[in-house]
Amino acid sequence: MTQNPYLWLIPVLPLAGAAINGFMGHKSSKKAVTTVALVFPGLAFALALKIALGFSSAAAPYVFDLAHWIRSGTFSVDFAFYVDQLSLVMLLVVTGVGFLIHIYSVGYMADDPSYYRFFSYLNLFMFFMLTLILANNYLMMFVGWEGVGLASYLLIGFWFTKDSAASAGKKAFIVNRIGDFGFLIGLFLIIQHFGSLNFTEVFSKVQPLAVESGGAGLLTAIGILLMVGACGKSAQIPLYVWLPDAMEGPTPVSALIHAATMVTAGVYMVARSHVIFERAPVALTVVAVIGTLTAFFAATIGIAQTDIKKVLAYSTVSQLGYMFMACGAGAFSAGIFHLMTHAFFKGLLFLGAGSVIHAVGGEQDMRKMGGLRSYIPWTALTMGIATLAISGIPPFAGFWSKDEILWKAYQANWVYWIIGLVTAFITSFYMFRLLFMTFAGEYRGAHVDSHGQAHSTHGHDGHGHGDPHESPPVMLVPLVTLALLSTIGGLVAIGNHFEHFLNPVFGSAVQDALETDNHGTELLLMVVSVLVALFGAVLAWVLYVSKPYLPQKIAASLGAFYDTVANKYYVDEIYAKVFVKPLVDASTTILWQGVDRKVIDDTVNNAADGARHVSDEVRHMQSGNLRSYAGWIASGAAIVIAYMIWRGVGQ
Amino acid sequence: MVPLSYYLVLSGILFACGVAGFLIKRNIITIFMSIELMLNGVNLSFVAFAAHWKVLAGQIFVFFILVVAAAEAAVGLAIIIAIYRTRETLNVDQVNLLKL
Repeated sequence: MTQNPYLWLIPVLPLAGAAINGFMGHKSSKKAVTTVALVFPGLAFALALKIALGFSSAAAPYVFDLAHWIRSGTFSVDFAFYVDQLSLVMLLVVTGVGFLIHIYSVGYMADDPSYYRFFSYLNLFMFFMLTLILANNYLMMFVGWEGVGLASYLLIGFWFTKDSAASAGKKAFIVNRIGDFGFLIGLFLIIQHFGSLNFTEVFSKVQPLAVESGGAGLLTAIGILLMVGACGKSAQIPLYVWLPDAMEGPTPVSALIHAATMVTAGVYMVARSHVIFERAPVALTVVAVIGTLTAFFAATIGIAQTDIKKVLAYSTVSQLGYMFMACGAGAFSAGIFHLMTHAFFKGLLFLGAGSVIHAVGGEQDMRKMGGLRSYIPWTALTMGIATLAISGIPPFAGFWSKDEILWKAYQANWVYWIIGLVTAFITSFYMFRLLFMTFAGEYRGAHVDSHGQAHSTHGHDGHGHGDPHESPPVMLVPLVTLALLSTIGGLVAIGNHFEHFLNPVFGSAVQDALETDNHGTELLLMVVSVLVALFGAVLAWVLYVSKPYLPQKIAASLGAFYDTVANKYYVDEIYAKVFVKPLVDASTTILWQGVDRKVIDDTVNNAADGARHVSDEVRHMQSGNLRSYAGWIASGAAIVIAYMIWRGVGQ
Repeated sequence: MVPLSYYLVLSGILFACGVAGFLIKRNIITIFMSIELMLNGVNLSFVAFAAHWKVLAGQIFVFFILVVAAAEAAVGLAIIIAIYRTRETLNVDQVNLLKL
């Protein structure tokens, strides 16, 4: 354990940026806003790099106690920061990818009238995310957890004049409340039974406990409740519905918050709590099953989406499912590894999608794109790399992490592996579908007659101008950087370096022993998954490049099933019917009209009315007439005297 | 020697006259005089009791009341003059607002 007095600066720097831009942005120049918006997260990134470069596993964890927060009896919570191998990985991903996306946003949001507001929110998000990661206890983590939820809400609804954006923000916030409820109850259980929320203390108390068999133990309950929280934040079944809608936000937001960082908070939290989960096999199974189902389910929806960002959104949900699958299989380091590579390639995919949307003037429908390869070559190239990475084609980053997960899933239970493999195929298919629909073939969008006359301005970015055009360098640099990371980011896994690096956190798992015997199987599975991914790519090529008339035929022949998938299995509609409508109805009739108006309002109004009626009568006594007052006094005195005479004085 | 009850009855009559005058009259000066009448009715009973019980306290009370009544007369008459100057009336029924 080593003290590091600079740790607190990492989250506080972006907070300073948010405050400066938030309070003074409206009257400072755009250049000043940009400088503030970039310098503070940049400094945080530099600090994180400095810690990473000087990081030694022997000295870890690095801690810094900033201040006391809550002291109540024996229970105490501090503002304290904590960096071990796990948080270091997260720290680098969040500050690094976050910084790149900040740079990108300078170009992407250049024409937005609320430029300063955007960066203020974005910096605020960084602050909360870093708080979440660097917390040394669950409560501070929860503060960050809620804070990123707030930032996410603000940024989804960034274009709040658009009704769909405003309601998407609300949806994200409300759905997350459900998850947070579970998280909170889990924390209460931890406090009740372990008397602390400090990671080190809780885990040292959990460590000696036996593995719960047969389920239904305390740790199982805590694990499942924490997983409920993770389901909300990380968009897993059944709470994933908010994430696709969150695409209403500006694209850099989708990249940063709804792909690379915030949505992975759930994975981080589960991995952080691995001590609890490892002793609760039932909870682990729940995690794995939810993850596997989500991975598969979301991937199938992704096939039939036509909005470029919606495809990526469902892809994100699906990839997060992979991470949970890994955690559920006990391979936390594989989950975190995929989290990291996913941050690279999915961030890149979103930024690329943003660049595409920028190029075609706000259009998001892939059916109106196509042939963009020649217009925006850099975007096409980088998105191609990202697609290769997410599809799991070697040697790109996604291959290493996805393969690791599938291998660990296979060891845990071959059913996970089968579903994971099918999902990998679907992933490869829909990603190449996206790539081909966007970049290959002929441009299907409306051409413009004269420069500056927008063809379609329904999009929020709304600067339709002429032919599709490449984005400015400030947007391309992050794209290229992330493309590089997506290419080589997976190489850290060679020789299991990444896993060994995380071993001090997760403990050298039993798998180490297994591994040596099973190299043959591992290699075989690897080959199978690569073949499956290639097959998906080829299928997409056949369907969307060489025989573009086929998809419609297939869709038509599938009929109702295709409709169901295209409409996302009607999950939103079912939720609306089963949960939202009864809630709204009950709130309207019982709570609003019944309790609020009939009980509370009427009580208050009746009390006021009653007081007025009584006063109306009583005020006649106060006529202002001197003699009537005297009369009152005289008659009062007469009554008192009469009473005294009747009772007799002094008895 | 006149019995105590005579004094008390006279005192009661004086007091009742004061009360009646206070309630009936509208002229503020008459009302003022009625107050004096009530005060003196009370004074009479005080001195009557003092003489009867041979205790000086009653007579001292009367002195206090006289002093207060004199002060009150000074202040009260000043107020009456002020009211008359602003409202040009001494009818209390027309002086029933606390503000001008």
